[in-house]
Amino acid sequence: MSSAQIEIQLIASLVAIACAIPGTFLVLRKMAMISDAISHSILPGLVVGFFLTEDLNSPWLILLAAITGVITVIMVEFIQKTGLVKKDTAIGLVFPALFSIGVILIAKNANDVHLDVDAVLLGELAFAPFDRVLMNGMDLGAKSLWVIGIIVTVTVILLVTFFKELKISTFDKQLAATLGFSPLVLHYGLMSVASITTVGAFDAVGAILVVALMIAPAAIAYLLTNNLKKMLVIAVIAGVSSSIGGYWVAHYLDASIAGSMTTVLGLLFLLVYLFAPNKGLVAVLFRQKRQQAEVHLLTFMLHLQNHSEESERHINHLREHINWGKIQSKTVLDLALKNNMIVISDDIISLTEKGKGFTEKAIDYITTNSTVAIEKMKEDFFLFRG
Amino acid sequence: MEEKYAITVDDLTVAYNYKPVLWDIDLAIPEGVLMAIVGPNGAGKSTLIKSILGIIKPIAGSVKIFGKPYSKQHKEVAYVPQKGSVDWDFPTTALDVVMMGTYGSLGWIKRPGQKEKKASLEALEKVGMLSFKSRQISQLSGGQQQRIFLARALVQNASIYLMDEPFQGVDATTERAIINILKELRKAGKTLIVVHHDLQTVPEYFDWVTFLNVKKIATGPVKDIFNDGNLTKTYGINYKVSVQE
Repeated sequence: MSSAQIEIQLIASLVAIACAIPGTFLVLRKMAMISDAISHSILPGLVVGFFLTEDLNSPWLILLAAITGVITVIMVEFIQKTGLVKKDTAIGLVFPALFSIGVILIAKNANDVHLDVDAVLLGELAFAPFDRVLMNGMDLGAKSLWVIGIIVTVTVILLVTFFKELKISTFDKQLAATLGFSPLVLHYGLMSVASITTVGAFDAVGAILVVALMIAPAAIAYLLTNNLKKMLVIAVIAGVSSSIGGYWVAHYLDASIAGSMTTVLGLLFLLVYLFAPNKGLVAVLFRQKRQQAEVHLLTFMLHLQNHSEESERHINHLREHINWGKIQSKTVLDLALKNNMIVISDDIISLTEKGKGFTEKAIDYITTNSTVAIEKMKEDFFLFRG
Repeated sequence: MEEKYAITVDDLTVAYNYKPVLWDIDLAIPEGVLMAIVGPNGAGKSTLIKSILGIIKPIAGSVKIFGKPYSKQHKEVAYVPQKGSVDWDFPTTALDVVMMGTYGSLGWIKRPGQKEKKASLEALEKVGMLSFKSRQISQLSGGQQQRIFLARALVQNASIYLMDEPFQGVDATTERAIINILKELRKAGKTLIVVHHDLQTVPEYFDWVTFLNVKKIATGPVKDIFNDGNLTKTYGINYKVSVQE
C-alpha cells in the first residue's frame, strides 16, 4: 500500500467515526432526515466561504458552512412551529431552496473557482492526499486528515463529557427539562456537531453520501444491540469497516470511492436487517410463526380442558370441529406431544398434568392480565416472551 | 398558624392556538397531601401538571413551589410523565432509566457512581422490579414500565411528586403496589399530586382532591368536597371550548 492509499483509508475511517456519533443520536431522536437537510443546505455556506478563503479546508469556511447547517434546522423548526406546514414538508422546502442557491452561486462563478457540482455531491476522496499541510518545509500530512482528525477529537470529547445529558434528553426530553438539562441547548449542540461533521466529511464523501454515513451505521447498530454505549461502538465499527471495505471495492472496480463505501454500507445494512439475532426480519418472522403456533396450541388445550366428554376429544374432531386443516392439526398435535402437554390413547386426546397446570396458568393470565402471571408463563412458553 | 403550601398557583391561564385549556386557575396545595386531579378528557389535567413544571408556558399567571419559582426549586419536584411520552424501544435497561432520576442532583457533566447506582437499586426493589434491572425496557409490560417511572421519581428524593395518570393501563397488582408507595410517601411528609381517572377509587386512595374542567371547580379534602354536586359540575356540563390535550 502506498502512503496515499493509507491516508485515504484513514480519512475515510475518521469521517465514518465523526458521522456515526451524531448519527446515532439523530436516529434515536427520529431526526434522520435532518442530516439530509443539513448536508444539502450547507452548500451556499461552503461556496461563500470558498470565495472568501479559496481553501476548502479553511476553519472559517467550515464554521460558515456549519452555521448554515444550524440555520437550516432553525428555519425548519420555525416553519413547522407556525403549524401551517408539517415537519417533513418544512424539511423538503428549506433544504432544496438553500441547496439551489449554492448551485447557482457555483454556476455563476464556475470560471473563477475550482469547485464543481459533481465534487460537491459525491466528494473527491482520491484527491484528498494532494493537499498537504506544510510547516517550515516539513510535510505534516494531508489537510483533510487534520481537519477531520480535529473534528473527531472534538466530537469524542463532547460525547464523553455530555453522554449523560445527551442520553436523558434523547430518551425523555421532559424529564431532562425538569431536572435542569435544557433540551434546547443539547438539541442545538447536537445540531452544531452534526453540521460541523457534515462540512468536514463533505470534502471527502460529498453531500449525498454523508447522509448514508450518518444514518446507516446507526441503523445497523440499532438492530444489533439494546445498549446505547454498545450502539455507538457498533455504529463506529460498521462505519469504519464499510469505509475501508468500500475503498478496496473501489480500488478493484476502479470506481468512485464514496459510491463504493456507501454500497458496502448498504449491503451491510441489508445483511443485518435480514439476519440480526433478535430484531432482524428473519428472527421476527420466525418468532411470529412460532407465536402463531403457540396460540393454536393454547386454543387447543383450552378446548380439551373445557370438554371432558370423549367425543369432543377424539383426534378426528380436531379437524372437523375446530375447523383446522390437516397440516395445521398435525403441527399443533406434534407441538403438544413434544412438550408433554397431552397424551393420545385410542385416538382420544387427554391433557397431562403438565398440560393441565399450564392451561390453568394461561387462563389465569388471560383473565387477570397480571404481570405476575405472565412472568410464570415466560419460563416455558415462547409466546409470552415477546 | 398559617398553613404551609407546597404549591401555589395564581390566576393561571394556558391556551393552545387561542383556545383556553386552563382558565384562571387559583390553587393552593397544602404540604403533605395525597391529591387527585380529576376531570373529563380535555379538562387540562396534564396541562396543569406541565404548567407547574414549567414545561408549558402559561399566557398569564404564576406558579410557586414552596414560595419560589420552579426554576429555583427543581430539585424539590419529581415528575412521573405519562407512559406514552417516551419511546420504549430506546436502547437501555430498566436500571439505567431509574438512574436518570439521579442526574438532577448530579448536575451537568458529573457522572453517576456507586452511590447513585445503590439508590437506584433500592428504588427498583421498592417498586418490586429489582429482578428486572437488566431487562431492556421494551421487554417490560405496561405496568412494569409504569413502576420503572415511579422508581425513577423515587430516586430524585424530592418533596413534591407530580404524576400524570400513573394507573393508566396497569394491572391490579401494579395499581396496588403503586398506591401503597404513594401512601408511604405521604406518611413521610411528601406532597403528591396525581392525575387520576377512576372516580370510584378516589375516596380510598386520596385525602385531597381537585375537580378541574378548564376552570377549577373545587379543591379540598376528599371527605368534604367529593360529592355529587361537584361531580355533576365537573362532568355534567359540556363545555363549548373543544380542547386538545
